[in-house]
Amino acid sequence: MEASRLERLFKHGATIALVALIAFGAIRYDNFLSLYNVMSVCRTNAMFALVSLGMCFVIMTGGIDLSVGAVAALASVAAAKASPLGMAGGLAAGVAVGFAAGIVNALLVTRARLLPFITTLVTMLAANGCALLLAGNQSVAVSYTSGFTGIGQADLGIFPVPALIVVALYALGSLILHRTSAGRSVLATGGGEEASRLMGLRPDATKFAVYAASGALAGLAGVLLAAGSGAGQPTEGVGWELFAIASVVIGGTLLTGGAGSVLATLAGVLLMGTLFTVLNFENGLGVISLSAYWQSVIRGLMLLAVVVLQATGMQRRHRHAT
Amino acid sequence: MTKASSTLAPTGGRTRGGLARCSRYGALAAFGVLLALNIALTPYFLSLQTLNINLTQVCTIIIVAVGMNLVIATGGIDLSVGSLMAISGVLAPMIFLGQVVPVGNTALAVAVAVAVAIVAAIGVAGLLGLFNGWLVSRFGIQPIVATLILFIAGRGIAQVLVDGNLQTFSVPQFAWIGQGALLGIPTQAFVMAAIVAAALWAMRRTRFGRYVLAVGGNERAALMTALPVRRIKLAVYAISGLCAGVAGLVVIAINSASDANQIGLGTELDAIAAVAVGGSSLGGGQAHLLGTVLGALTIQLIRYTLLANGVPDAAALVVKAGVIALAVWLQQAQRRT
Repeated sequence: MEASRLERLFKHGATIALVALIAFGAIRYDNFLSLYNVMSVCRTNAMFALVSLGMCFVIMTGGIDLSVGAVAALASVAAAKASPLGMAGGLAAGVAVGFAAGIVNALLVTRARLLPFITTLVTMLAANGCALLLAGNQSVAVSYTSGFTGIGQADLGIFPVPALIVVALYALGSLILHRTSAGRSVLATGGGEEASRLMGLRPDATKFAVYAASGALAGLAGVLLAAGSGAGQPTEGVGWELFAIASVVIGGTLLTGGAGSVLATLAGVLLMGTLFTVLNFENGLGVISLSAYWQSVIRGLMLLAVVVLQATGMQRRHRHAT
Repeated sequence: MTKASSTLAPTGGRTRGGLARCSRYGALAAFGVLLALNIALTPYFLSLQTLNINLTQVCTIIIVAVGMNLVIATGGIDLSVGSLMAISGVLAPMIFLGQVVPVGNTALAVAVAVAVAIVAAIGVAGLLGLFNGWLVSRFGIQPIVATLILFIAGRGIAQVLVDGNLQTFSVPQFAWIGQGALLGIPTQAFVMAAIVAAALWAMRRTRFGRYVLAVGGNERAALMTALPVRRIKLAVYAISGLCAGVAGLVVIAINSASDANQIGLGTELDAIAAVAVGGSSLGGGQAHLLGTVLGALTIQLIRYTLLANGVPDAAALVVKAGVIALAVWLQQAQRRT
């Protein structure tokens, strides 16, 4: 089982790197492991974790979803508009909008048979336009009196609510992937669509489900964005897809589909999130000075490093196999 | 394999040529409908000024789409073109405004600086394109992912270079590229025509063109016939980068301003749509360059129609997204029947 050894290596790779980075931070900075810092890292990365979860499933079927960032931005505007109705109203509006966008992706991929990247590039553009239209080209303040912001800012005990949502959904995702037939058919679809069809599975239904789920999760991420930052932000979300893809790949999920792990994706998200926190601390120490524009450059470098590593790993395995 | 003509996919049967023509007529029909619609609806549509505006604006799409068409012909895709335009468009003013090396005040010094800036900006974009090609050919990374890196990070690099600030300039020696005219025809139209002609020649008359189609038609077969598949891929991504670099310069020359956040935003979709509307299969193996030019004209006309009829920018984005999805779908549907 060469393949599973490689996957295991990647899974452990993410975790090992995460532990090393945390150790580095703990030694170098005061307050790095303080409760406040740890919880704020969890809170701010919750929305990235959600889009990464959706992305993980989409990539496992061999597809890709480039629209997550723009959909999250659109959902954040919708949630902000609905926020006077309270937490349930804002949540429902944001998730529903995201889900609707996901359905559009799903229909275009499974019915119109457009390539996933073209489909989701198009919906990225459309969601961007819809967000600007709905928001009237500016950010939309949320209602602070209706209790909506609780979903992004409140704590249960010591744990931030967004982090708890993430833990619950990742547990659910992991359960679905490893313990249900739906999860197996996700991997089978990515492993070989024709073969999975011949096995009596329905790859189109599976693909429909993953794009719809990815949209809904991006919608939920948008709700957290609006509640956490206090505003629906139509121009947010740039580079989120890169963060998500990088996290998924760091977690050992193959970009060609057919293999992957939900929990390792979470390790990937935490690794990316911790890296940015370390950079922030370095900024604070005055060692380096990075503007916000560096974020997308660093995300790109991370993805670059990971895909090159994964590709060389694959090539080496290929050479051993033959 | 070397017998494959540019209108026939190397693996295609007899019907392919006919379908490709049909697809090209589809683009022509769409273009005609749009023209008729505009003549009926848009005030002052049939004026020289309208023609000039559209010609100045369509050039960037065509230039980028030519490079994109070569990449797509090898079975790849280049999402990074918009960001490479931004890098080239940010880099050139930095050089000729003297932020990298001080530039003297004399006309000659400025002219030299402009020349250096043009070469350097296009060169950097070409090198970044080469980098895309290296990721694809050396590591076998899927083109979508390989070029996605610069799609996002490239714009970040452009923003970092100028800290997100707008650069404005009044340098006639440079603005000439986007605002000047020869015989009443905008300068960039000549640049565009030269690039299209060079690409047409390369695809129809040279071995390189045949190899490009062979790689996209059947990569395994191309490898087995000992074609330099890796070098071909490196070359098409580098060419796409160079084209994006040129287009970035045209955009900033038109505006006499360079905004890292805006240059080339969404151009990758315009270019992909132009190729698809023009009748080249997104699966590779085909390069209908003249179709792509027609596709770009169609995309530009859609953009102009929305703008001239007062549709807000944000709504125009949504409409454009719908039209592109429809165009790609129609193109694929024709291929299947």
